[in-house]
Amino acid sequence: MTPVRPIVALCALGLASMPSFAATADDAAGLRAELDALKADYATRIGALEARIAQLEAAASNARQPAPAASAPPADATRSAATAFNPAISLIIGGSYTATSRNPDDWRLAGFMPAGGETGPGDRSFNLGESELTLAANVDPYFSATMTAAISGENEIEVEEAFFRTLALPAGFSAKGGRFFSAFGYLNEVHAHAWDFVDQPLVYQAFFGNQMAQDGLQVKWLAPTDLFLEFGAEAGNGDAFPATHRQRNGVNATALFAHVGGDLGVATSWRAGAAWLDQRATDRAYDDIDALGNPVIDAFSGTARTWIFDAVLKWTPGDATRRQLKLQGEYMRRSERGALAYDVDALDLAGGYRSEQSGWYLQGVYQFNPRWRAGLRYDALDSGASFIGLVDDGTLPVGAFPRLRVADPDRVSLMLDWNPSEFTRLRVQVSRDEARADGDPDRQLKLQYLHGIGAHGAHKY
Amino acid sequence: MTALNRNAIAFLAILCCAAPAHGAMRILATTSDWGALARELGGDKVDVYVATTAKQDVHRVEAKPSLVARARTADLLVATGAELEIGWLPVLVRESGNPRIQPGATGYFEAAAQLKLLDVPVHFDRAMGDIHPQGNPHVQLDPRNIAIVAKALAARLAVIDASNATYYAQRAADFETRWQQAIARWTARAAPLEGVPIVVMHKDQAYLCHWLGLVEVAAIEPKPGVPPSAGYLGELVVKLGASPPKMILRNAYNDPKASEWLGGRIHVPVVLLPFSVGGTPGAKDLFGLFDDTLDRLLAVPR
Repeated sequence: MTPVRPIVALCALGLASMPSFAATADDAAGLRAELDALKADYATRIGALEARIAQLEAAASNARQPAPAASAPPADATRSAATAFNPAISLIIGGSYTATSRNPDDWRLAGFMPAGGETGPGDRSFNLGESELTLAANVDPYFSATMTAAISGENEIEVEEAFFRTLALPAGFSAKGGRFFSAFGYLNEVHAHAWDFVDQPLVYQAFFGNQMAQDGLQVKWLAPTDLFLEFGAEAGNGDAFPATHRQRNGVNATALFAHVGGDLGVATSWRAGAAWLDQRATDRAYDDIDALGNPVIDAFSGTARTWIFDAVLKWTPGDATRRQLKLQGEYMRRSERGALAYDVDALDLAGGYRSEQSGWYLQGVYQFNPRWRAGLRYDALDSGASFIGLVDDGTLPVGAFPRLRVADPDRVSLMLDWNPSEFTRLRVQVSRDEARADGDPDRQLKLQYLHGIGAHGAHKY
Repeated sequence: MTALNRNAIAFLAILCCAAPAHGAMRILATTSDWGALARELGGDKVDVYVATTAKQDVHRVEAKPSLVARARTADLLVATGAELEIGWLPVLVRESGNPRIQPGATGYFEAAAQLKLLDVPVHFDRAMGDIHPQGNPHVQLDPRNIAIVAKALAARLAVIDASNATYYAQRAADFETRWQQAIARWTARAAPLEGVPIVVMHKDQAYLCHWLGLVEVAAIEPKPGVPPSAGYLGELVVKLGASPPKMILRNAYNDPKASEWLGGRIHVPVVLLPFSVGGTPGAKDLFGLFDDTLDRLLAVPR
């Protein structure tokens, strides 16, 4: 409303009263009386109008800067529907420079059957890391879909995750299916670009070849309590280590997990979890060296049952961009029961096998400045003494399974990273790695870059 | 049945029944401002939980377990939108397993979606810093925006909890009256601030400047989300030394170092503003937020 309106009204009022003024022109006294009445009337009306104008002027001056808007911005009517529904696309590129005091080719995690995957310190010199390409969108009101492909420096494309997730299940239930990182532990679900160190802890390398992706189905239930309490179960085909692909109907890998979490005051939050995995392997082959120094292929068949306990605590006094301390640790224990075959290509001897292996890590990462973080991690593994039937009954000598000799590998890592923006991370990490059977340390230096482009990522806790 | 089994069943039964009694509508607000607004409009019919404090940069919060648990039982999520909470809210909503608060559902409310935003970039390139494609999301510092959001939020409350629609309408009308009176009072008080040159920390004072006619002559962050380097601060000293601003504005959640350093060098006072409800002791509610903001701005001698 502008001050113009009352002025128009005033003029209209004047014009409208004209004819009545003309009609009373022949009676002077009457005219005078009427004029007086009109004058008085106009005086009050004008007074009232002036007050209104003043009021409106005040209001108008209050609004001299236009209010941002009373309505939502108009929709772009010409946008093409074909591109409007493009999924969120994000791409992470990363790479590293590695220097090690020992040859990475002879790196073996002593006491453990190799888990496959990109374990160990990796190649020396410059390395192109995995580029992670993620596409995600809601499919319809009921499902969303996400795919992450890892394109390796060796020009291979691997489907890291490709899963649907339900959006509309009632009562706190949600389900996902396809290939997804199993929800056990803390780090298993974290994508490589979001790790706080260049590599995974040794226990993840030994037990799962870095990370375990499940090809299957997951159902989760979140309790309706103020304490975070989540329970879940997964059923999978068992393609991932320590299970193997078996041409069987039904479930070859089961996972059960629970997470609990909350706050300790304003500054501290925490989450803890426990999980149990039951996996089946048939002829899970690995290479070893026989007593004469010749390469042989051995194989395990049986069940692997793993317990995983994890806990994370974050202390954030004030704003997370300035200072944050994150402490996390995980403990895993796996028992394998079944048969171990020796030299499957030639002698093909088989006997019973039982092992009880464990490992853990503890790490702390401290953000001491908006752009800088420093971290320290300690890893340890205990292979335990395995029962090997072929050795126990005297068929083979103790030295026939050098990879399974009792060992307790460990490693200490120190990292520092610089994050000039939310989308760039440059990191330096040094490690003292005592994973090899001889126990001699390998000093490792890694320089790493990570850049994210495309859709703004959202990370899990 | 063993005692253990019975205990386990009892535990599960407690869990299942632990869902809060459906008396009050459960609202999860991402910021203290929307929490305060929900309380103004919802009165005792709502149970409001605020995900962040005014001492935090809402852009850099995490989807921590306590928030996921709150999101699970929320009937309504009140967010700012315009990508302010992009780094954590999508995870929170996803992990909540709560269909009521999924984007597009009645229980998902974005304040910025009700408003025309300032600083909408024409050119999208992260070389320009952490820009928000939909525009500047720090909308709460213009009280006229709050009035618009209040209307939309009150309407949403009435949709979700139709049995109390009249109650919400009454509260909304009452708030509107008090709020418009307060805006008139603030605007009159703030008249001397028009045209006053200021330096901001980040582009998050844009709506306050727009409302009061403050003139932003520089930002301490060279680009949104990019902390200033020593070199850039040096340039600012030279540039601002020639024509000093009247004050440097800092929000309660900002690191004081850069602004204090600059203020000391160019002899300009640094004014700490609450930015959100709870940012300063005076900013107890939405009315206090603006009263205190103006008190602090007007306390600087001109």
